[in-house]
Amino acid sequence: MEKFATLTATMVAIPTENIDTDQIIPARFLKVTDKAGLGDNLFCDWRYNADGTPNPDFVLNTTQGKKAKILLAGDNFGCGSSREHAPWAIMGYGFQAVISTSFADIFCNNSLKLGLLPIAVDKETHLQLLSLLEEEPATQITIELQNQAVVLPDGRKVTFPIDNFSKTCILKGVDQLGYLQSHAAAIEVYEANHADRVNTLA
Amino acid sequence: MSTNEHPKTLFEKIWNQHIVVAEPNNPTVLYIDLHLVHEVTSPQAFTGLREKGLKVRHPDKTMATMDHGIPTTPLDIPISDELVIKQINQLEKNCQEFGIPLHGLTSAYRGIVHVIGPELGLTQPGMTVVCGDSHTSTHGAFGTLAFGIGTSEVEHVLATQCLLQTKPKTYAVRVEGTLSLGVSAKDIILNLISRIGIGGGTGHVFEYMGSTIRGLSMEERMTVCNMSIEGGARAGMIAPDETTFEYIKERPLAPKGEAWNAAVEAWRKLPTDDGAVFDQEITIDANTLEPMITYGTNPGMGMKITDTIPDPDSIKEVSERQTLVKALQYMGLRPGQPLLGQPIDVVFLGSCTNSRISDLRVAANLIKGRKVANTVRFMVVPGSQQVKLQAEAEGLDKIFKEAGAEWREAGCSMCIAMNGDQLQPGQYAVSTSNRNFEGRQGKGGRTFLASPLTATATAIVGKIADVRTMF
Ligand code: SF4
Repeated sequence: MEKFATLTATMVAIPTENIDTDQIIPARFLKVTDKAGLGDNLFCDWRYNADGTPNPDFVLNTTQGKKAKILLAGDNFGCGSSREHAPWAIMGYGFQAVISTSFADIFCNNSLKLGLLPIAVDKETHLQLLSLLEEEPATQITIELQNQAVVLPDGRKVTFPIDNFSKTCILKGVDQLGYLQSHAAAIEVYEANHADRVNTLA
Repeated sequence: MSTNEHPKTLFEKIWNQHIVVAEPNNPTVLYIDLHLVHEVTSPQAFTGLREKGLKVRHPDKTMATMDHGIPTTPLDIPISDELVIKQINQLEKNCQEFGIPLHGLTSAYRGIVHVIGPELGLTQPGMTVVCGDSHTSTHGAFGTLAFGIGTSEVEHVLATQCLLQTKPKTYAVRVEGTLSLGVSAKDIILNLISRIGIGGGTGHVFEYMGSTIRGLSMEERMTVCNMSIEGGARAGMIAPDETTFEYIKERPLAPKGEAWNAAVEAWRKLPTDDGAVFDQEITIDANTLEPMITYGTNPGMGMKITDTIPDPDSIKEVSERQTLVKALQYMGLRPGQPLLGQPIDVVFLGSCTNSRISDLRVAANLIKGRKVANTVRFMVVPGSQQVKLQAEAEGLDKIFKEAGAEWREAGCSMCIAMNGDQLQPGQYAVSTSNRNFEGRQGKGGRTFLASPLTATATAIVGKIADVRTMF
């Protein structure tokens, strides 16, 4: 995982509500055994025409969309399937953070494990970001992870929630597996005290 | 429960029993009893293990199958999709290398991962069950804490048999009363989601309770729990009772003899204590339920089958209104339009929501002596090879075939359209699966979610039909 401290970048908005992981990366692209190339098919069915040419009306195909590092999305982003291919595709495209008013649980978990920041803001801030973008597509904002804050162009800081553990892991760029492994002794004690509830090799 | 302990919910009891480490400010290290693995969400996790030089800690608590990408055509027809072949080979290789039992293509126990876990007797009350698949919530029907995880977490569980979790909140879903003829478990869950919305359960675990739930069979309970994720919940669960024990008893991997008695005794202590408090509650009156159908592009856009499609102009909230406008555009439907009588191209009876033997029985019962409309393709895809064998032993396959339906091999099939079973752009389908997202059943395909009864009635009429007029 890459370290993340602060990010100053432009945004792109896909304000549709309830964007599910089937839209983020359609199931036909899940037939892979690695993570490479998924970014090319991010939002595939919105991004490309039936003949495979880019749909010029879709925001990711605009000049601004191509260089944005922050995705501004509608409420309940990432609902549906548990496919980690969704955050892989988002990161593969080049996004480092997604801002919405809420995220689906599994998507949020998956993203935090990878260092993709799911930033939940209040409705008002969300609307403000949308209108800033509308006025000036090159608007830059800053995300400060240490302070858990989004800094708007007018200097206003909006804080966002993130659990302390994930925050520390992302700031340091360390994989969460390491923490689990550091508890090997406790896992052994647990197993010694609890009879197996199931045996698939039985 | 001793008097000095506060009353606990089913969820809390299972959660507490699985805490390995709970440090303040850090997520809980939770022990996982059963880890189910399939070909699509696991390859990168095994790669991670290899790169780090790690073993699978408990192959004996892990079980793999292939279901998402495999064809549902007869087994002697070779698979043509190179990518699917690669994923299948990779899973075989991974299972062999790490010692994980695998129900592969030729196994008589192969099937959709959430169908075979219960079928084998692996899913048992009081357990924690995970899988790299959001519909792991299905297993909650047995009084387990079961939820979907991502591939990074698959790797965590493979390596440590544990997961990092923050404690979710609890949400009681009470369903009281008697279901009318033609109304089924699927209609209960579609009704719930249409009321709370697809984000309504976010951050929560549902516990379904009440007289209606107690009266459901295990297979019906699985249908309800299956779609908990469609309400945004992490998991859905139902307290174990005699119905549960009866289902598990004598299954291949269920406890036997003395171990069985001890297990049942422990399982009886799991149900939520009187007076336990939930963070949220909702009550559904089963007496008033009618067959449900979805009209839009998420499972929350559902209505009674006799209703008309809502008008976006009646929605005050801008983004919500736009979402509906966009959905109706995709679906090619108009506000105020009824769905009864809507012509349909494909009917899909299958998926981990509704492909178990009882689903096939009710469908066969309805279609017996009738024919599939000649404008409709009716696909019947059993959830597992065991379901298929059982159905064939009962002659259900013949009933379907005589009526003009396709009888196929087990798998996820057109629920996710990864294996070639898919809608053509613009086609309309009534599907017993769980997701009507844009393109879910094939690029440009348009899905109405409904129960097996509604789906079968529609296959016969060729248009969306009210099964209650057909008994
Ligand atoms: S049947 Fe559908 S929902 Fe169920 S596991 Fe397969 S793809 Fe997922």
